[in-house]
Amino acid sequence: MAACAELPAGGFVFENCQRNKFLESQGYKVPKAYKTGTTICGLVYKDGIVLGADTRATEDTIVADKNCAKIHYISSNIYCCGAGTAADTEMTTQLISSELELHRLNTGRQPRVCTANRLLKQMLFRYHGYIGAALVLGGVDSTGPHLYSIWPHGSTDKLPFVTMGSGSLAAMATFEDRYKADLSRDEAMKLVRDAICAGIFNDLGSGSNVDLCVITKDKVDYIRPYEEANKKGVRQGKYRYDRGTTVVISSEVKKVELEVIDTEVRAVPMET
Amino acid sequence: MEAMAMMPYQQEQTNHIERPIQHRFSPYDFNGGTVLAIAGEDFAVIASDTRLMTGFSILARDVPKTTQYTTNTVVGSCGFHGDVLTLTKVIQTRLKMFTYLHQKEMDTSSVAAMLSTVLYYRRFFPYYVYNIVAGIDTEGKGCVYSFDPVGSYERETYRAGGSASSMLQPLLDNQIGMKNQEGAKQVPLAKAKAVALVKDVFTSAAERDIHTGDAVCIHVITKQGTTKETYPLRRD
Repeated sequence: MAACAELPAGGFVFENCQRNKFLESQGYKVPKAYKTGTTICGLVYKDGIVLGADTRATEDTIVADKNCAKIHYISSNIYCCGAGTAADTEMTTQLISSELELHRLNTGRQPRVCTANRLLKQMLFRYHGYIGAALVLGGVDSTGPHLYSIWPHGSTDKLPFVTMGSGSLAAMATFEDRYKADLSRDEAMKLVRDAICAGIFNDLGSGSNVDLCVITKDKVDYIRPYEEANKKGVRQGKYRYDRGTTVVISSEVKKVELEVIDTEVRAVPMET
Repeated sequence: MEAMAMMPYQQEQTNHIERPIQHRFSPYDFNGGTVLAIAGEDFAVIASDTRLMTGFSILARDVPKTTQYTTNTVVGSCGFHGDVLTLTKVIQTRLKMFTYLHQKEMDTSSVAAMLSTVLYYRRFFPYYVYNIVAGIDTEGKGCVYSFDPVGSYERETYRAGGSASSMLQPLLDNQIGMKNQEGAKQVPLAKAKAVALVKDVFTSAAERDIHTGDAVCIHVITKQGTTKETYPLRRD
């Protein structure tokens, strides 16, 4: 055999499991995965699907990201909202998106929502719920609009309206109150917006803005943000420091030899 | 030799015994809340947010954690709201007894000393309450006393307590204590500046702490008495 690098087998690598278990027994703290308290939901309306999500990501009681995207791309006609462990929702949807694209190229047909659903549930079932992804999958294909909720253990429901995440009860309360079959596009968007807002205002794990994704037979509108549910407070005082407030312990000037080809200096406002 | 090094891992695998899980009643809950107090030259400011929560739910949006004890003493208490209510009731009863007995209101420093005693009385089943007392001392100066749940206390010039205290305190250290600033002058804090600072730190805390929000209730204490103001915060 010539010396050639071994190709990775694909899938997860478990080689550190025994070692980590041993380290844990010796009193080492296991790092916690980053989980998102979330409100996500979706519904079927007259011409398609409306998906909705809030934009808060939390690390325990601290808001880690005030404007994160929880509606993931699966294919040009299918999108998927994710709740649970952030890395799991992100990677699972990316993986299935890629598998589905290969499937599309092989078959030369637009992927179906039921295919995405089957791929996702089989992947999640294989990992016994250790992949902490709770998903709301929606899309429109040759057989019409379809909406699924997918649980971390791999069970799925096919329903006209679904909610997931820590704010699912607040959102479901809104749906149970006002959902009707054959809503118009505007009515459907308003209802999903209200359901997500119920989560944002009544669930501490959810917050900030509302994102919407409207999928119809021949068009997708990914609206982000659809609404800024919370206006940021305005500062009263001024917090600029005088020059020299930071202590300079030592300074040294060095000449760096380099060839300057082109320089451009632009001010980019910091996102706060 | 390689196999020898692996030994502890293999042993660990067989060492698995399932133990029965014991469920016990927990007498405590955590209902959030942040309190903050600043002592000025001749005034004191004390503020708290008005959200009451448990777990991931909001119980109320309009419950200030501050209580007026005397004409010039206001106490901020947060932690387990059941204990906050009980402790407040106990303290107010004792204050009433004091006024009937001595025909005058208790000094702020005495309220603080009494609170410490009441808290330490429950040393082995504590009131799960973080207290901050603000008021005017006998010389007419603003004063702030901060407490732990079992009664340790000290006088300070500014202090944050409760859920977002670890976010507020460093900002106060910098803005009032003038910490970590080269060549910064220590100027006496104006009342308006203190109130504006309180609003700003609570606005910032509401951005990043999921327990803090809805509104902040601000008391300004002077020799003449106390004024109260409510300022809105984000509600998500």
